[in-house]
Amino acid sequence: MTTKIDKVGPVDSPPPAPENLKAIPVRHYGRWVSAVIAIALLVTLVLAFARGDVDWNAIPEYFFDSEVLRGVRNTVWITILSMALGVALGIILAVMRLSKNPVTSSIAWGYIWFFRGTPVYVQLLVWFNLGLVFNYINLGPIYKDEWSDFMTPFLAALLGLGLNEAAYMAEICRAGLQAVDEGQTEASHALGMSHAKTLRRVVLPQAMRVIVPPTGNEFINMLKTTSLVIAVQYWDLLQATTNVGQSTGATAEMLFLAAAWYLILTSVLSVGQYYLERYYARGSSRSLPMTPLQKIRVNLLSGSNRQGGASA
Amino acid sequence: MTPMVKAEGVHKSFGAVQVLKGIDLEVAPREVFCLIGPSGSGKSTFLRCINHLEKINSGRLSVDGELVGYRQKGDKLYELRDREVAEKRRDIGMVFQRFNLFPHMTALENVIEAPVQVKKETKAVARERALKLLDRVGLADKAGNYPSQLSGGQQQRVAIARALAMEPKLMLFDEPTSALDPELVGDVLDVMRGLAEDGMTMIVVTHEMGFAREVGDSVVFMDDGVVVESGNPRDVLTNPQHERTKSFLSKVL
Repeated sequence: MTTKIDKVGPVDSPPPAPENLKAIPVRHYGRWVSAVIAIALLVTLVLAFARGDVDWNAIPEYFFDSEVLRGVRNTVWITILSMALGVALGIILAVMRLSKNPVTSSIAWGYIWFFRGTPVYVQLLVWFNLGLVFNYINLGPIYKDEWSDFMTPFLAALLGLGLNEAAYMAEICRAGLQAVDEGQTEASHALGMSHAKTLRRVVLPQAMRVIVPPTGNEFINMLKTTSLVIAVQYWDLLQATTNVGQSTGATAEMLFLAAAWYLILTSVLSVGQYYLERYYARGSSRSLPMTPLQKIRVNLLSGSNRQGGASA
Repeated sequence: MTPMVKAEGVHKSFGAVQVLKGIDLEVAPREVFCLIGPSGSGKSTFLRCINHLEKINSGRLSVDGELVGYRQKGDKLYELRDREVAEKRRDIGMVFQRFNLFPHMTALENVIEAPVQVKKETKAVARERALKLLDRVGLADKAGNYPSQLSGGQQQRVAIARALAMEPKLMLFDEPTSALDPELVGDVLDVMRGLAEDGMTMIVVTHEMGFAREVGDSVVFMDDGVVVESGNPRDVLTNPQHERTKSFLSKVL
């Protein structure tokens, strides 16, 4: 910046940049109109709720109520366990479906056909009411009990949600495995790696890039679907808030409260999904995009440097 | 001396399409053996049969005196288990037209993967040799780069290093320079030339006639699933006897 410019004559000086065009921009009146209408509608909606007979104070009052918190914990817990069951079984089903063995692939196909083809609500009820057809559970020497003691609300919820999820996860995993280029398998085999090792070290890590985003969606969906376990009398978030609502008379308020909790939980999951996707994207693009945190840090740094004139 | 590769009447068909119609050839140890011919002539398929990526339909194919993919007991052939096939492939390196590097691993991780996973070498030992190999192919400074951060020529050289890391006795090259920009071909051919000078047995499917002439010990011209002409590259490439060879060479030279 301090170099002296002592060039004489126009020989090496760059040609002057052409002057910018001066033109009257097009006015988008339609955009203004639609923005005003949208805001007006939004205000009407907010006013309607504000004027409604809603006891807004009830929401913060019961937000951290012990019953509600127990519901939150149970919802998170059943979500995680059902997803774990769904992912584990889903991977097995996907590998079964892709196997050359016609028996295992047909069984996997049949499983997916059945569990995707019936509503999860019905499946939950079926698990809960299997006691009507089985009086006892008898696993030989391992376990023996009356069915009603065995099939608790928790187990019914877990099986209902997890086994249903497995069918969807199986299709997601299959798509991911099939998306990996065949050349990868060949290269791995040519190096002397076994089928299992090729799957674990080469194919799965690459399939994860395709598998993770829809799995994140499934996770968020699962969190919301757990509200159905009210059908099997599992004490989840919705059950808890409904209960509080009935005993206090603030039914609608408690539903708003439940919605707020669901929103908080799904938001947390979305952030987790972002970082997981980033991890599996390594190697797929030349450089990873910055995380929001990194962006903030860089912006802060460059902001403090700007005084020194080091804006690059 | 047992030939490194011996093929007798090798046939291969995909469904109704006969791709190899009786291939007979022998590759001696330390030989650089070039396969040339028009696309669809079966060169790549034959190469893939050698490490059992494709199963042959009839004939006999052996590497270093042992049948590929089968075991003979008396006059019966037994198919080898996947594990046994994998074991034999350790000694045969392969380089692909499309590189097929593992994109989720760095160059170094690509090279140490098989020694660590298959040969159960410690990471330190594998790493040391990998760095030497990367240095040999001129990419010592790219060890930490992912394949997507490398040019095609660099990727192919990493792929060669990856195959060499298993210390194979035979290297198969499947059109290693066909997917490269013309100015990147030279680097890869230089690496292969170096390998040939060190006495590696190499079977190279290629369209690089210059490489075949300078480096090759013998050349085979294949067309339509059969060997049309074979011999010393200087003879075959400059003075072809067969009409089909002549017309092919007139198009590519």
